[in-house]
Amino acid sequence: MLKLERLTKRFGDRTAVDAASFEIDKPAMIGIIGRSGAGKSTLLRMMNRLIDSSEGMMTFEGREITNLKGAERRAWQSQCAMIFQQFNLVPRMDVVSNVLHGTLNRRSTLSTVFNLYPREDIHRAIEILDRLGIAEQAPKRAEALSGGQQQRVAIARALMQDPKIILADEPIASLDPMNAQVVMDTLRRIHEEDGRMIVCNLHTLDTARRYCDRVIGMRDGRIVFDGLPSQLTTGAARDIYGAGADFSEAATSTDIAALEREAEAAAI
Amino acid sequence: MTDVTAGRAEGVRSVQDNYLALVRKKRLYGGITLLIFIMLMLSGFQIANDRNAGGFLEGIPMFFDFPEGVIEEAWEKRGNLPGLLVKYFPALIETVNIAAVSTLVGAFGGIVLSLLSTRGLALWPRAIPLFRRVMDVMRALPEIVIALVLIFVLGGGPVPAMIAIAFHTAGALGKLFSEVAENADLKPVEGLSSVGASWGQKMLLGVIPQVAPNYVSYGLLRFEINIRASAILGFVGAGGIGYELRNSISWGQGKFDEAAAIFILLFGTIVVVDQVSSHFRNRLTKGAAL
Repeated sequence: MLKLERLTKRFGDRTAVDAASFEIDKPAMIGIIGRSGAGKSTLLRMMNRLIDSSEGMMTFEGREITNLKGAERRAWQSQCAMIFQQFNLVPRMDVVSNVLHGTLNRRSTLSTVFNLYPREDIHRAIEILDRLGIAEQAPKRAEALSGGQQQRVAIARALMQDPKIILADEPIASLDPMNAQVVMDTLRRIHEEDGRMIVCNLHTLDTARRYCDRVIGMRDGRIVFDGLPSQLTTGAARDIYGAGADFSEAATSTDIAALEREAEAAAI
Repeated sequence: MTDVTAGRAEGVRSVQDNYLALVRKKRLYGGITLLIFIMLMLSGFQIANDRNAGGFLEGIPMFFDFPEGVIEEAWEKRGNLPGLLVKYFPALIETVNIAAVSTLVGAFGGIVLSLLSTRGLALWPRAIPLFRRVMDVMRALPEIVIALVLIFVLGGGPVPAMIAIAFHTAGALGKLFSEVAENADLKPVEGLSSVGASWGQKMLLGVIPQVAPNYVSYGLLRFEINIRASAILGFVGAGGIGYELRNSISWGQGKFDEAAAIFILLFGTIVVVDQVSSHFRNRLTKGAAL
């Protein structure tokens, strides 16, 4: 389905992503882990075509994506939804309008500026919000919602696109553990119920282990690990994070249970 | 179980209906606003067109005749251009000089006025409306009106122009500056208050460092505007390049090469100032070298 061949991005003389190659043959939930600055975000942005790649190629169902231009590129972006760390909603617009932005690629600029969305789309947007458990927030402004709710609005916008792939760039990095769990559970559910491919940047190991079918580890722009979550041993994790022997998994954890385990260990 | 799902579906339906009602209301208001806007535009245009001596559409071709005449004549006498550029350069310097001095004076006035009229920073909070109205008046009076009065009182020359532009600049910049200052973080000011600083110390050490990049950026923008203003004031006898421009244009045919030379000088200056100031504004806002 999705194939990356030596995809590279350079900013000046710095290489952010260095010849990333991997292949995903069926819709799966993929986690990309690595410390900040490892090139995870850049990789996702290249896949969505928010930024252009310097070298290499990406194909989806046999079609080259990296050379798409103009309307074709925007059509690709509408099939490849993106979720951001800071939610990237329009704060002063209401929740349903933000979700309806998922249909922008199919509508003319004029009709969207005047907020003339078809009734079916509005119904569907509210159904999606209901599926994510925030239908009662529909008429509120996006900025009035909590972080976890805003991220679910962002996921609803992604679902409104009816995408084949959902890219999630650190979707839980600015959420508290409770909301992080709700958001990750939602993403997993979308993958299982709709069969959509989800590629998710994470910086915590336990989240990747718990939710993903396959984990890709990046360090300094290179892919240094690619395998099943069960293959992700502490040694492999040290490699990915470039950490020494004092590295413990709980240090990167946002899971409440893991934190408790550490607290207990410290108490003993 | 079926009751729960049925109840939930009902809940969604009511959310949908409520939201659709909201959307319909918004669309209605939006439609009415648009209609009023279009009607105002049409009727305004109609009135303006009726009051005009000639029609707007019939007049359009004539509009281009004058620049065409200027360019044609200037092209014929293009040999004179370098000499004319040198001849009018001192007048240009005078114009830029007026703009620079009045921008500086006006900016200082604007800083004081803005700090006195910003909520949370003002020295006398009760006098905020007073200082705001003072700035309104300063902004509302066009430079040319002040300049005409001052020229009548003081006689022609660059000084009345300078005072006029500085007066207007203080009002205009004061408004912009006070909007910037309103967004300034008050925590440093509180910190300085806690050590017993005076109002002036708090402003100079707590607020100005935060807002300086924005102030300089607005100041440079104002400088560009003031160059144009000081050129225009030349028309009413304030000296500088505007005075020369009026002479060459009102002379009519025969002096258009001089008018063209002055246009080139003015245009060049504004481009240079714009480029230089945008370079510095970029550096200030992006924080390089600071």
